[in-house]
Amino acid sequence: MSGVKRVAGWVLAFVGVAVALLLAIRILTQSLDLFDGLFNDPNKASTIDLFTEALYIGIAAMGLNILTGYNGQVSLGHGAFFGVGAYTSAILMFDHGWAYLPTLPVAGVICLFVGVLVGIPALRVKGLYLALVTLGLSVVFPDLTKRFVNGTGGTNLLSLKTEQISPPDWYDWFADPIADPLTDYVGSRDQWAFWLSFVIAVITLLCVWGIARSRFGRALIAVRDHEAAAVTVGIDLARVKVSAFAISAFFAGLAGSLSVLVSRLANAGKVETFQLSILLLVAVVVGGTATVWGPIIGAFVVVFAQDWIGEQETLTDLLDAERAKLLSPALFGIALIIMMYVLPDGIVGGARRGLRALRRPRAAPSDA
Amino acid sequence: MDQFLQHLMNGIEAGVIYASLALALVLIFKTTGILNFAQGEMALVSTYFTWKLAEWGLPVWVAILVSVGVSFVGGALIERVVIRPVEQSSPLVIVIVTIGLFLALNSLAQVIFGTDAHLMPRAYPNESWDLLGVNVEADTLVLIAVLAVECVVLWYLLQRTKVGLALRGVASNPESSRLVGVPVGSMLMFGWGLAAALGALAGSLVVPTTAGLTAGSMQSILVFAFAAAALGGFDSPLGAVVGGLIVGVAQSLTTAYVDWLNDIEIIVPFGLILVVLLIKPAGLFGKVRVERV
Repeated sequence: MSGVKRVAGWVLAFVGVAVALLLAIRILTQSLDLFDGLFNDPNKASTIDLFTEALYIGIAAMGLNILTGYNGQVSLGHGAFFGVGAYTSAILMFDHGWAYLPTLPVAGVICLFVGVLVGIPALRVKGLYLALVTLGLSVVFPDLTKRFVNGTGGTNLLSLKTEQISPPDWYDWFADPIADPLTDYVGSRDQWAFWLSFVIAVITLLCVWGIARSRFGRALIAVRDHEAAAVTVGIDLARVKVSAFAISAFFAGLAGSLSVLVSRLANAGKVETFQLSILLLVAVVVGGTATVWGPIIGAFVVVFAQDWIGEQETLTDLLDAERAKLLSPALFGIALIIMMYVLPDGIVGGARRGLRALRRPRAAPSDA
Repeated sequence: MDQFLQHLMNGIEAGVIYASLALALVLIFKTTGILNFAQGEMALVSTYFTWKLAEWGLPVWVAILVSVGVSFVGGALIERVVIRPVEQSSPLVIVIVTIGLFLALNSLAQVIFGTDAHLMPRAYPNESWDLLGVNVEADTLVLIAVLAVECVVLWYLLQRTKVGLALRGVASNPESSRLVGVPVGSMLMFGWGLAAALGALAGSLVVPTTAGLTAGSMQSILVFAFAAAALGGFDSPLGAVVGGLIVGVAQSLTTAYVDWLNDIEIIVPFGLILVVLLIKPAGLFGKVRVERV
């Protein structure tokens, strides 16, 4: 198939998927009391935000999986791409008066180019050293924003006004009538952020699924498993590696842009950017590297586990509230270590292993 | 000229700090082949321990020695208990485990020792001398001396003793080492213990020169230590020291002389790493690994 035809095919497929999704959402929101039941927990205002967060973390993790899982390049710098996405959207809305939606693809494309710029020097560096160079991205990025972003009170913090992150008018057609912003916790803004993240997440999942099964996906895996052999069969090493970087940066950018809808701000601290980079990597590994479903599952597990550990009442009974809060990263860290003992190939990998073991007939005892 | 020498001195001061932690990173990599993200937090816990001992009334240098000893055992235990079960897994899994360790140690340190900044005592009088118009701190001289001793001892241990040979053997090929009778497990524990002890020494000497001991004390230093180790080559102790000095001096000189880099001086060490790695992917002093295809 010629290039143009193939691209057209992809675009058509995406439009089709998006339309189908939108119709499904319309039916879901109008016929089920989704937000009343599932998300509208009067004790906790932020449940839907958690779902949205898990979705956009999942989008970034699925992108990172292309790079780290399928292509074997470990990056500790994707928190920075995420940040570039968030700042792109925030700056376009803040300084240039854009509506939110058009900033989303712009954020992705800018990250795509930054990804190419980073991916080219990364060609020379492998494994551990690459992890370190990309760690540098996480460290340098917050300082760059402090220098070049003019936020509130001379800091690098950009906080957005409510109307800037409000859904466009046409969203009313989808809006859950139950979710009345005056009486319910889940207002149309939260719904909008959730459904938009949901749609992007589904599209990302389809992209990864398509990539993993394509010629390009096989090239990614070949390069990961054996560079010399991959070159021998005619794979353009540089092109494959840089593309993997660019694609993963693109999705991190989309995720960062979506995060603005939930946090209502763009900000970059040194510790936060590094932690985010780690969180994305953790989501990929916990879910299962080089699997289609792994990263999004990992993202949900990581986001909800952190939240759940943070509010355990036995902890607050045992220690005072402040110490309990301090302890939650420790529990998360320990949980992570145990997780790696039990399921070194992640949730999806472990599940596959389990299924295979179930299907296989039990071997006859070898010694009588 | 005096000004320039002073900036150079400040750079060396920062550089020896980075180098002392970088040395621990290199040691763990050289003996076990692992990049330990928890190295800084292990040093943090050791430093808290030193502080607590000193607060209980032990002379500071005794506290440091005890802490170094305890850290050696602690490091070996961490290898045996936390790292051993995933030793055979992919490097990515090991990285995640050290990250888990990083999170756990950091927050445990806060829970146990509190979040307030503590004043860390020095083991020696805090003096400074005027040397040809340049202010030289006792801190710098002590750190340089300790680094020099560490380098010589490490070099001797790794290159001239049987244990050192076994350590290097385990790092380069565990299977063959096991076949020729090297106790691989003990060697790995020994390597981690040694790195933890170095970290304890580094932390206990470095933190008194900073504003105070908090849970974040080690993180920024760790980043520069990584930079130093990458610059020098991850398998070269000498490289770690030279890398640390280069990073420290480059940082200090750009802060002083390059105005348009204000607030973003951190670009300099990472820019340096990038340039060095582009030209020499194994770092300045690192050995290039040849792979058999």
